[in-house]
Amino acid sequence: MNTETTNIASSNKMTTRNVDVFYGEKQAINGVSIDIDMENVTAFIGPSGCGKSTFLRTMNRMNDTIPSCRVTGEITLDGEDIYAPSMDVVQLRARVGMVFQKPNPFPKSIYDNIAYGPRIHGLASGKDELDQIVEKSLQRAGLWNEVKDRLNESGTALSGGQQQRLCIARAIAVDPEVILMDEPCSALDPIATAKIEELIHELRGKYAIVIVTHNMQQAARVSQRTAFFHLGTMVEYGDTSEMFTNPQEERTRDYITGRYG
Amino acid sequence: MNNPASPASSETAMIGSRSTDWHGEAMQKRIARRYAAERRFKYLGLSAIVISSLFLAFLLFVMIGNGIKGFSTTQVAVPIDFASATGGASPDQIRGEDAERALNSLDISGIVNTAIEIEYGADAADIFTENSWTDVRDALLSNPDMIGENTTVWLTAKSEIDRAAKDDTDEKFEALYAKLKDAGKAQSGFNWGFLTGADGTDPARVGIWGALKGSIITMLVTLALAFPVGVLAAVYLEEYAPSNRITDFIEVSINNLAAVPSIIFGLLGLVVFLSWLELPRSSALVGGLVLALMTMPVIVIAGRNSIKSVPPSIREAALGVGASPVQVVFHHVLPLALPGIMTGTIIGMARALGETAPLLMIGMRAFLTSPPQGLTDPSTVLPVQIYLWSDEVNRGFVEKTSAAIIVLLIFLLTMNAFAIYLRNRFETRW
Repeated sequence: MNTETTNIASSNKMTTRNVDVFYGEKQAINGVSIDIDMENVTAFIGPSGCGKSTFLRTMNRMNDTIPSCRVTGEITLDGEDIYAPSMDVVQLRARVGMVFQKPNPFPKSIYDNIAYGPRIHGLASGKDELDQIVEKSLQRAGLWNEVKDRLNESGTALSGGQQQRLCIARAIAVDPEVILMDEPCSALDPIATAKIEELIHELRGKYAIVIVTHNMQQAARVSQRTAFFHLGTMVEYGDTSEMFTNPQEERTRDYITGRYG
Repeated sequence: MNNPASPASSETAMIGSRSTDWHGEAMQKRIARRYAAERRFKYLGLSAIVISSLFLAFLLFVMIGNGIKGFSTTQVAVPIDFASATGGASPDQIRGEDAERALNSLDISGIVNTAIEIEYGADAADIFTENSWTDVRDALLSNPDMIGENTTVWLTAKSEIDRAAKDDTDEKFEALYAKLKDAGKAQSGFNWGFLTGADGTDPARVGIWGALKGSIITMLVTLALAFPVGVLAAVYLEEYAPSNRITDFIEVSINNLAAVPSIIFGLLGLVVFLSWLELPRSSALVGGLVLALMTMPVIVIAGRNSIKSVPPSIREAALGVGASPVQVVFHHVLPLALPGIMTGTIIGMARALGETAPLLMIGMRAFLTSPPQGLTDPSTVLPVQIYLWSDEVNRGFVEKTSAAIIVLLIFLLTMNAFAIYLRNRFETRW
């Protein structure tokens, strides 16, 4: 156990230390310390309102858009403090991509949805390269075969599951290092959910992936590491198989066995 | 079950004091009452639409009925032997740059008045105005060869003759017109002068182009100022401004500004633009500035509402791939909000186009016989022109007033149609 912890620490992509999050006077997150690595998919589980989504959004500073929100503690990406004044938020969000609960493609063509990120960051040197990025991103998101003949159609015309994969492709297109997924399957049917989960498996290793879910089976299926949140604190963090078979904490056991939540 | 008083059924089928028997008589009555209410409401709505359409039809009927006459004119023939009257002036004399001066030295006015005197004698003063000869000057300028010919020119008749041709007027002019008509010396035609000229004293010779051009210039100034400033203010207030007391105060002020009576904007323009900044009085520039002040709050309010209605998920999506706040606004929020902003702009501009009171305050009611040539030239606008003409004593201005209203309505509809076309083009991108 001890050796494994140091092993994980060596490949940490993101670390958080004693992170508190406040909404005005109200404290939403209380002293969370966690390490995210490249090799494993990390799942945040917990009952509704436990702060797991709030915590996820502090990791690419999406909570900056909420004026009353305040973050203390330290969150680093490759050892760099992301809340330091020298950190460029726009670049940070390109490096730490995000997929949202509800599929939110731009009301533009499928092509433009993917090409938008590379365009604003100047990642393609020409039209041909942009075409390549679009194709590669869609292929990685497992959507290429379904949409390759209708790249000019609106992204909003796709089905819910396809839209969510389009959003994942959009996040991939700017070549992020970390992908944060905020309950990406909660608005999808079981078949679409299965496809997304399959996709997460395939993306593992290429990107550090953090997924928030309140579906424990999903956490068990897609993740290697799991963090259990309850009432704004992180109760337990460890290997997923360990967590689901032999939880260390009483509250984790109660939640996993369906006593509450 | 049918008997609500029965104690057995009250245990099982009743939740309140009335029977829940859906097929019972009492229930059928309630259903019939509901249907009647629905029907009543439908007919009320229908009658409201019929009444408003009738008003609109009445307005259009009266306006077009009166105004259409304003677009025609009556001309009376005058034979003139230019060759002998000018003593053999050659067409080359009145060509080129000095044409106007050369014409003036030929005393065209005298020639025409003599010709009129010869042809109509004592009636001349009743048929023509002292300005009728200018038609000949204009004709000569466009066709110098006429100077060597013995020809018949058609001169715009006095307004009284024109009205005798169209509807009832004094018996004297009716008789005179009948005489001219029988002799084949009077003709009616489309009044091109009305579409190309400016204000004047004789209703038969006035034109609307001066006011129309003034309106177009004023509206362009208004749009160029109110649209960008209004949209940028809306974007800043919605997307950037921190929510505090100052923002609240600004928001309340803008809402109040939209409700301020327009004449007060005129007074403001009078003090600020004319007295302090000493901009040219009566100019389209100042008119546009005043109307822009009036239109801006409308655009800000409409803009804020439509920016607010852009789903937050789109902003999050853009931020999530690393778009900067400015990129979020210009790539995503504004394109989606544009149709709503355009609607607000149409409403604001339509209101500005029909505005009279504030423009009177800054002197746009001047009597102008030539169209404005630029931003700083004295000019007037359509609604002010309508107001001025409706105030004239001469009966001939009645039809001109209605004709001007038709021109104003056509301008308004054209402007709105263009804006709606633009709006629909942007809407399909959604």
